[in-house]
Amino acid sequence: MSEEEKYILQVKDLHTSFFTDNGEVQAVNGVNFNLKAGETMGIVGESGSGKSVTAYSIMQILAETGKVTQGEILFNGENILNWNEKQLEKFRGEKISIIFQDPMTSLNPTFTIGWQLIEAIRLHTDKDKKQAWDRAVEMLTLVGVNEPEARMKQYPHELSGGMRQRIMIAMSLCCEPDVLIADEPTTALDVTIQAQILELMQDLQKKLGMAIIIVTHDLGVIASMCDEIMVMYGGRVCERGSADDIFYRPAHEYTKGLLRSIPRADNMKEKLIPIGGTPINMLNLPQGCAFCPRCANAMKICLREKPDEIVVGEGHKAACFMNVKEAFEEKEEA
Amino acid sequence: MAEEKNLVEVSHLKQYFPVSQGFHKVPLKAVDDVSFTIRPGETLGLVGESGCGKTTVGRSLLRLYEPTAGRIVFDGDVLFDSGEQYDANGEVIRDENGKPVIKNPVKKKMLPYRKKMQMVFQDPYSSLDPRMTVEDIIGEPLDTHHLYKNKKERREKILALMDTVGLNAEHAMRYAHEFSGGQRQRIGIARALAVNPQFIVCDEPVSALDVSIQAQVINMFEELQEKLGLAYLFIAHDLLVVHHISDRIAVMYLGHIMEIADADELNDNPIHPYTLSLLSAVPIPDPETARHSHRIVLEGDVPSPLKMPTGCPFRTRCRYATEQCAAQRPILTDRGNGHMVACFNK
Repeated sequence: MSEEEKYILQVKDLHTSFFTDNGEVQAVNGVNFNLKAGETMGIVGESGSGKSVTAYSIMQILAETGKVTQGEILFNGENILNWNEKQLEKFRGEKISIIFQDPMTSLNPTFTIGWQLIEAIRLHTDKDKKQAWDRAVEMLTLVGVNEPEARMKQYPHELSGGMRQRIMIAMSLCCEPDVLIADEPTTALDVTIQAQILELMQDLQKKLGMAIIIVTHDLGVIASMCDEIMVMYGGRVCERGSADDIFYRPAHEYTKGLLRSIPRADNMKEKLIPIGGTPINMLNLPQGCAFCPRCANAMKICLREKPDEIVVGEGHKAACFMNVKEAFEEKEEA
Repeated sequence: MAEEKNLVEVSHLKQYFPVSQGFHKVPLKAVDDVSFTIRPGETLGLVGESGCGKTTVGRSLLRLYEPTAGRIVFDGDVLFDSGEQYDANGEVIRDENGKPVIKNPVKKKMLPYRKKMQMVFQDPYSSLDPRMTVEDIIGEPLDTHHLYKNKKERREKILALMDTVGLNAEHAMRYAHEFSGGQRQRIGIARALAVNPQFIVCDEPVSALDVSIQAQVINMFEELQEKLGLAYLFIAHDLLVVHHISDRIAVMYLGHIMEIADADELNDNPIHPYTLSLLSAVPIPDPETARHSHRIVLEGDVPSPLKMPTGCPFRTRCRYATEQCAAQRPILTDRGNGHMVACFNK
């Protein structure tokens, strides 16, 4: 098996833009990553960092104004951007599925849980109604919904947030996809329910072996769930590496700032060190590094050029000139 | 130790909302018998899951809702007292007809006290009037309480407030939608500070903000407290944030306070089973700790406040629940150093 074939999903130089009345918003600017089967990857970033748009680009469920303008999304080596709507329909749900942040708005309030689950199952398999019903009940049992038969006849509003998110997970996994994208899966939930859902996702991954991409802004969720982490800012990947790399050896100024700014067990008595400035305006990206206007250590080169990802350790890369600071300082002096 | 004077004293606060169920009106017990105190310059953190009544406590305390029962004392003045009397076990004292004994009920007019107690809301998008400029938003409490002699003084005060919260004075004529979430929250804080309050209820003030902006606002709350000697009731569901900012923390569940203790004490030495599972459920942003920590995952969901369990509200999800928990509601008892816990078994 060649190096390329090992990956179930590869994203190469992805650019996604939204064409709005105020001009083109370049939401994603050249994102690359490879996902192995059964792996858990985390994409972390603040709002507007392009993390969700990356996920939506993979699923090809961008809003009408959005378009992938450049790059490739390879699923098992095939570029899904060349597929037509019919092929994509087979692909979504069956090969890759997604769960969204808000389980209330992602379920249809006018149909029962059972109706919605059966619809998803029958769309992708040739099961008849009875078999689909059984499969739906089986999935509800798998995600820990009590009294699954009774739940099948209920409407989304009758269930709690945590229960709804379980239904969403059941729906997304009923065709046993190879990749599950979880877009802020627990942000709308309480901590105790969040713990239940995270535990459930880990459990199901062990049982079903799918790869998971978790998109979140919560560093805590990322730390406890992910093998690989990608930190995004301003539509670009600023750092990637293992959980230990990101948390113990951060190499990008943004990641460092982010870690200093959150309350952790070891800084309860100290003042938090916030990242200055305001979040980036995607309509007006700076010429150089996107984080440059908020970076305390910005150098001249940061204003002019966008940094490429620089290898700082094994499997650990950061797009920050600080890692090659000496080289630039010499140049500036000369 | 001399008894330190409390700034805020809340005792036996109850807030019921009538809910229609068919032909009947049933009370939804959002807050049921909550008592706590806040000293001047102190931050009391209030944590709990959504629907546990923490926001309602904040609002009832300021009498944005009229409390169903209880007593609220601010700086020695009784603002509200429904007049019920309680015995040592926390039970309402009733007369021979079974009616509660009412003594000296009080309902003070709140306007003068609004100058001393203010509120910062969760959502910086919906809590600012989109048709008012920043100057008018911050100036409105000054107008209401007649806190200036002339236009010039009003403007000076507004600009000083904007400076205090780190807003650019040039932006005074802008509208709220022109600002980012973090800046809007600063406008909300400036508005609360305009009347020089002693006490601010902060209702999830950083939840809607991005991580990198949260720290800016948390730091600002801490700095303002040092500078102005403010006391906060800091309501939030993010336990790490609450631990960071609070001196003491109260944990709420289904309208009841389960545990109150010093922030560090609560974190290092939680006693109530609910607090334990709540703390263990918090995802710690540290991979090493995350690998070794053990989540105590609670079964099931929070019961509906319309069908409150008898006795201890937490017993339906509690591993230690006994018959006593179903029969009787545990009251907060001191376990040393003001660490109060409402549990029979721990």
